[in-house]
Amino acid sequence: MPDQATNARPFIFEGRPAEDHWTMIREPESPLPDAPAIVPLAAWREEASNRQRAPLLGSDTELTPELAAELANAPLIAIDFPKFTDGRGYSTARLLRERFGYTGEIRAVGDVLVDQVFFLTRCGFDALSLREDQWLEDALQALNAFSRAYQPAVDEPEPLFRHRLREAVREAETSMV
Amino acid sequence: MYRYDTHDQTLVNERVAQFRDQMNRYLAGRLSEEEFLPLRVQNGLYVQRHAPMLRIAIPYGMLASYQLRKLGDLARDYDRGYGHFTTRTNLQLNWPKLETVPDMLAELASVQMHAIQTSGNDIRNTSSDQFAGVAEDEDVDPRPWCELIRQWSTFHPEFTYLPRKFKIAVTGSAEDRAAILVHDVGLRLWRDAHGEVRVKILAGGGLGRTPMIGEVVREDLPWQHLLTYLEALVRVYNQFGRRDNKFKARIKILVKALGVDEFRRRVDAEWAHLKDGPQTLTRQTVEDMQHHFIDPERRPISEEAIAGYERLRSENRAFARFVTNNVHGHKVPGYKAVTLSLKRSGHSPGDLTWEQMHQVADLADEYSYGELRVTHEQNLVLSDVAVDQMKALWDRLGELGLANPTVGTLADLICCPGGDYCGLANAKSIPVAHAIQERFEDLDFLYDLGPVELNISGCMNACGHHHVGNIGILGVDKKGEEWYQISLGGAQGNEASLGKILGPSFSRDKVPEVIDNVLQVYVGERLEGETFVETYRRIGLKPFKERVYA
Ligand code: HEM
Ligand code: SF4
Repeated sequence: MPDQATNARPFIFEGRPAEDHWTMIREPESPLPDAPAIVPLAAWREEASNRQRAPLLGSDTELTPELAAELANAPLIAIDFPKFTDGRGYSTARLLRERFGYTGEIRAVGDVLVDQVFFLTRCGFDALSLREDQWLEDALQALNAFSRAYQPAVDEPEPLFRHRLREAVREAETSMV
Repeated sequence: MYRYDTHDQTLVNERVAQFRDQMNRYLAGRLSEEEFLPLRVQNGLYVQRHAPMLRIAIPYGMLASYQLRKLGDLARDYDRGYGHFTTRTNLQLNWPKLETVPDMLAELASVQMHAIQTSGNDIRNTSSDQFAGVAEDEDVDPRPWCELIRQWSTFHPEFTYLPRKFKIAVTGSAEDRAAILVHDVGLRLWRDAHGEVRVKILAGGGLGRTPMIGEVVREDLPWQHLLTYLEALVRVYNQFGRRDNKFKARIKILVKALGVDEFRRRVDAEWAHLKDGPQTLTRQTVEDMQHHFIDPERRPISEEAIAGYERLRSENRAFARFVTNNVHGHKVPGYKAVTLSLKRSGHSPGDLTWEQMHQVADLADEYSYGELRVTHEQNLVLSDVAVDQMKALWDRLGELGLANPTVGTLADLICCPGGDYCGLANAKSIPVAHAIQERFEDLDFLYDLGPVELNISGCMNACGHHHVGNIGILGVDKKGEEWYQISLGGAQGNEASLGKILGPSFSRDKVPEVIDNVLQVYVGERLEGETFVETYRRIGLKPFKERVYA
């Protein structure tokens, strides 16, 4: 059995347990610590060139091209899930990756639960800061819930129907040999 | 029928394993009630008034005989021996045990079935025309397109936590039998001058507490773009649909609030980025999919056999009644689609026992190439019956009590489970259905009335489609008592409309009499050949009101 989580949020980066160097400051008070901190978008804008600061997007933040351009240089982008049933962040992450070409870390924060990590990862989240009470072991297992998918997403550029076409061609070729 | 390949089967098997694990974590207390809820409903598992309820997907209403047999097994082994076909062409089992649901899902997976996304705020089971592929008025067979949509929407990573549920209905026929105007998205497939498939896309229809008719977002989308366009549309909904109020979260509220022009503009802006992307359909993909739905090798039917069938029809009155009401035309001469009525006294509308499921599966094997369809009017269809076997089939159906010659009449009513099963109900609906069926048993009276759609819901969630019934009955709660509100003039199909409330509601024992009065007004006022809804549209609500509240 895994350890029942302590107060720390289980953290997964690129599919593995990892140490989290960033502090989440949802309600910033000045002065901010001289250490890596994730702060709300408005606070981040005030010192956007500081590499120790990363923006937190609310689930209702509308990702305009202007905002995406602003975010391009952020060391990481955190997207908030105020409730795990609020699915807007999935679209935001996909747009950041697929439309705006952001290649840095995209982190899911807030009400991030074991049974959402598979889809979060598909949508381009490479960092998962799970809720305190979640079991790391369960989350790691849930990353592999499915071995394939019908739709293309960030993890998989092609829909299953295109793979099938290639499989059919390959089969036809081998049967001709 | 679509047959799974190893990819489909693997996904469904992995889903069973995933849900088994989730169930174990829930039972071990590692998953709270609140967190387990969205996970179980995404597998069709509700917790209802008396017991859990499992809703099993019947994608676009298509069912193979071996699948129906398995559904019968499940009803017998895990439930109380019967199941309920719903207006969204799914099957509900009302008494399973929570802990056994993973095993039930495993059994379903063994016959290429599942309960994926039959509930939850995700893209639900796609529904379609019960005569798909055999209808005389069909331009495009919707089934391959429905299956493409099923695959696209299954485990869609971005759209599992939408603001609210999302239902798609598809038709390819002149007559809309899939209620596309009252779905979140309705699709009408048609052919352009070059014979290429185009898609008319409607959005923002729906029933529930704010019923609305869908609006046209796109008239003529070329088929290649179906999935990218749907993805853009649902993405706009996911981002901008309301999440602050559950009752305002459906896409219809967004379309209304933005106006259809602004909604279209946003979808098009999103689609501009997705268009021609990897989900663009190729001709090969569509053709491969169409191969799953090729016609059976139908035995040719001779002219004499057809003549014999017509002769029998003119000689045997009871048989003729069945044919007139329950038998539908077919694109191939000598073949017919036959509707099995699940509306009969002693059974709730849409219910079938496990024995009957097995028997009907046998009939499908013997008379209809092993396939069935479920209709949104809660009946079953055998889609490929040769006319020279019609009499034999009719006899067999009679023995099973499934030959009620009342399809399309008042007795063919739609009814939700209501207060007998459903935790959200204001009132019971099944006893009302029974009382009406009992009062209007006389076939000659029913036939004289012609087509009348009567739909009953136990609350404003409208699972029984009461808004689009020519006569709608809605259960309401008045100081803790069960009352019923009647509306008139609703309709489904091409001329879909929402009914208007007649006036103050009635107690349950009054309902049959009120319906009788309504029907008497129609009988008195109708012009030659006019149906109930046509008369209503001509004369309006007033004469009905005066009679009923006199
Ligand atoms: C017994 C358990 C059931 C529960 C708890 C339930 C719950 C609901 C709720 C809450 C809605 C309204 C959603 C909204 O408007 O946003 C709804 C709509 C609907 N349900 Fe059910 N339902 C049940 C059974 C059924 C059955 C048995 C059928 C088919 C006979 C059905 C078919 C539908 C349909 C067609 C709609 C409506 C229209 C629409 O959403 O536009 N439901 N249901
Ligand atoms: S209409 Fe109301 S009472 Fe009937 S099944 Fe739906 S939620 Fe339950």
